[in-house]
Amino acid sequence: MSRRNRGFLVAGLLLALLIAGVGSYYASSSPDGLEWSAEEEGFGSTAEDSATAGSPLADYAVDGVDDGRLSGGLAGVIGVAVTLALAGGLTLVLRRRTGAAPGAGDLADAPGAPVAADRAG
Amino acid sequence: MHVPDGFLDAPTSVATGLVAAGTVALALRGARRELDERTAPLAGLTAAFVFAVQMMNFPVGAGTSGHLIGGALTAVLVGPWTAVLCMTVVLVVQAVLFADGGLTALGTNITLMGLVAVALGYGVSRLLVRLLPRTRTGVLAGAGVGAFLSVPAAALAFVGLFAVGGVADVSLGAVAATMGGIHLLIGLGEAAITVAVLSAVLTVRPDLVHGAAHLRRPSDLAPRPLTAPAAGGAR
Repeated sequence: MSRRNRGFLVAGLLLALLIAGVGSYYASSSPDGLEWSAEEEGFGSTAEDSATAGSPLADYAVDGVDDGRLSGGLAGVIGVAVTLALAGGLTLVLRRRTGAAPGAGDLADAPGAPVAADRAG
Repeated sequence: MHVPDGFLDAPTSVATGLVAAGTVALALRGARRELDERTAPLAGLTAAFVFAVQMMNFPVGAGTSGHLIGGALTAVLVGPWTAVLCMTVVLVVQAVLFADGGLTALGTNITLMGLVAVALGYGVSRLLVRLLPRTRTGVLAGAGVGAFLSVPAAALAFVGLFAVGGVADVSLGAVAATMGGIHLLIGLGEAAITVAVLSAVLTVRPDLVHGAAHLRRPSDLAPRPLTAPAAGGAR
């Protein structure tokens, strides 16, 4: 991976961790659009607890961590890490491998793909 | 927007589960065409970023909040099939680890946010990109309008499911009006966040943005080189 790509990915990941780990504490705790509509229209009470409601991370809080800011922030950081690992792993498995695919070199040299040249510059 | 367990009856939840499974199966094939060495890591990051931003509920008045869905943003950044997979991963993590969105409602949530929001958001954005000038502003406007409309579209898709398999016996017209109205407001936030994030990525790494591929073909800037048709035919 080029240095430029790595820099972009690290910056994006830091921003995601900052939002989930710190920013989320300042998010609105009002009911969301669906919850609010359900209460307004009288079907909110039909909601049932999820089978995972007993999860140690349920409702974006870590079991046993009493400080709300720390608990929510930690849950957010764990969520970002798990999502990155699963989605990143999946997309890496599915990607076209430039080295292995026959004819992939032609594609990179084609005039329709100036991106590779941009990166080299 | 995360539907909890209990709102929809079992047959409807099974049906949306099948729709979600079928969509993910198609996306696993389609995403192979979108992902290469450069874009695969961006797709993983995009999923993690959507998870983070979905935690940031913003107030929309009347004691209500909303948060980004991210279907349109993800589709424009990494391609629609990859977006289906990214949204599915986010929704699975939320349902399994954080009890956000029901477990029997997982298929419903993937259908609403991974299929409807992605398909409508991406479809509208592509349509507008064709109609608007081929510029960065055109890409941003297309994504913004697509993001805006994707939220009420997903909300009304829920109302459609509720009409078929809602457990409660309440007025459908009223549910549609309330859901549609509040999600039009939330859609404005969706559009603002989508345009802000996409604009930032287009500034630093336009070459990574799936929905801006048409902006970087040399044919847009100069007469097509003589070798181009041959290269195009070889693909």
